[in-house]
Amino acid sequence: MTALLDVSELHVALGRGRKRTEILHGVDLTVAPGEIVGLIGETGSGKTTLARAVLGLVQAQSGTVAIDGREVTGLRGGALRAFRRSGTVQYIFQDPLRSLDPERTVFDTLVEGLVVRGRAELQDAALGVAQLVSLPLDLLPKYPGELSGGQRQRVAIARAIAVDPRLLICDEPVSALDASTRITILELLLRLRESRDIGVLLITHDLGSLGGVADRVVVLYHGRVVETGTTEEIFLAPRHPYTRLLVTSVPSIRDEEPPDPELRRALRDEVRGLAATSADSADIPQITGA
Amino acid sequence: MSVSPDSATAVRAAADAAGESGRETLLSVRGLRVSVADGSEVVHGVDLDIPRGSAVGLVGESGSGKTLTCRAVLGLLPVGVEVTGGEISLRGTELTALPAAKRARLRGTDLAAVFQDPASYLNPSITVGAQLAEVLRVKIGLARRAARYRAVELLHAMGLRRPTHVYSQYPFELSGGMLQRVLIAMSITAEPELLIADEATTALDVTVQAEVLELLTELRRDRGLTLMIVSHDLAVISQMCDTVHVFRDGSIVEAGPTRRVLRVPRHPYTRELIENHERFGIDRVRKQRSQQ
Repeated sequence: MTALLDVSELHVALGRGRKRTEILHGVDLTVAPGEIVGLIGETGSGKTTLARAVLGLVQAQSGTVAIDGREVTGLRGGALRAFRRSGTVQYIFQDPLRSLDPERTVFDTLVEGLVVRGRAELQDAALGVAQLVSLPLDLLPKYPGELSGGQRQRVAIARAIAVDPRLLICDEPVSALDASTRITILELLLRLRESRDIGVLLITHDLGSLGGVADRVVVLYHGRVVETGTTEEIFLAPRHPYTRLLVTSVPSIRDEEPPDPELRRALRDEVRGLAATSADSADIPQITGA
Repeated sequence: MSVSPDSATAVRAAADAAGESGRETLLSVRGLRVSVADGSEVVHGVDLDIPRGSAVGLVGESGSGKTLTCRAVLGLLPVGVEVTGGEISLRGTELTALPAAKRARLRGTDLAAVFQDPASYLNPSITVGAQLAEVLRVKIGLARRAARYRAVELLHAMGLRRPTHVYSQYPFELSGGMLQRVLIAMSITAEPELLIADEATTALDVTVQAEVLELLTELRRDRGLTLMIVSHDLAVISQMCDTVHVFRDGSIVEAGPTRRVLRVPRHPYTRELIENHERFGIDRVRKQRSQQ
């Protein structure tokens, strides 16, 4: 099966002149249609830069990003605008209030990306996606400010779905939500990948939240993929020291004893050692499973 | 009024827990009621017992009343929100009857708190060291130079590497985890007996959360600090607390030793919270493995 998203040997540098810094040092990542891939990394690891490169918002130094077999890395000008306008890739942000236009009703938000065909057709489209995300129809005439956090995130997802994307990039989609709302949004993502065969790249700093959601996990550390594997492999048998540090840091209600501080301290020191050397060499070991 | 049928058992369970450990009760909350400006009650008669040296968890979703309960204990309710019934006593001293100035004096020296967003409790234009030193001068009357010396010591004790460097930095120059350590240092300067941590690690990366939780555990072990941990995350409570109180809609629906409550929940709402917790997340994967 060809990958829906295929990132290969991607190098991205940001900044100008002497301040130019390489953020991504040769990243490989794939997402198949209908697959949910978790991208995990701490603040500053490069996960948002990677997402922006997939959207064509930042230029790659080298390497490729291909979507549905079509390379988007080299697109410029009109071709790039056409790619963005096609809606193939849609982005869901952590804080939907900031990504929704406060002066646009839910209805107008849902249909804004559709090529105008006629009132009746727009109505059908809006009702269709609203139902798909279980958004109560009486919310359609309301403004984002009148909705709860979970409802807003549903609107953001519905708007993204309305243009029939192939790939959804979700950047911390549930971090700002309450536990029970979080569940309904994650269940919605699971449903969408089933019914629409959409690929999802789920970006988060919270490794624990990927359990039961992601099929595979990609661990990004200092601009490099240090480990990939199925969610079970990563959670139950992590191999890279950074992944092991992450897994032993997540508190669990099933632990008899709190995680061993000594083990974590040893892992932390090991990982810090890796970070110190990573600035001038590419020696962070990479581990690839599944 | 929604006193749940389980609240009587809950009180007993908490009392048993305190009794078993044989520890003296540091803080006792009885029948606490809190109402907002329009007169509607949001906390409906909460009972809590916190034995000295223990770690007690308050868990529940947003709006369940756990934070208002803490703020009532601290005497820091928002404007228009007030205690309309019940008692809060610290080592036998009734707090609700105390004048505001006396209560303010208790904060820092007897009870202290850290919250979710550390940056918002610091002045952005003053170095963190100077702000910590100010607390040392005001709360325990140290002279300028001694306060500076003690502040660096405290930053070091909080696990901050290069404490003298951190001392001279501004809040924006520090990460969330470092700022929370600075706030914890401030909160314990005057050696309070009770530290309330209200979602103190919620906004942090997991590895940083683990470090801050470790720091709190060390403070409890080494200084005998009593902890009241407020969190929506059952796993954090599970890791940190001896006893847990489950809040829902302004009432405690279940309380007891953490392990018992999480393994054999008695109230349907507690069961629902646990099911939700295990629906997604690392605990789901661990549960699947244990069932295989």
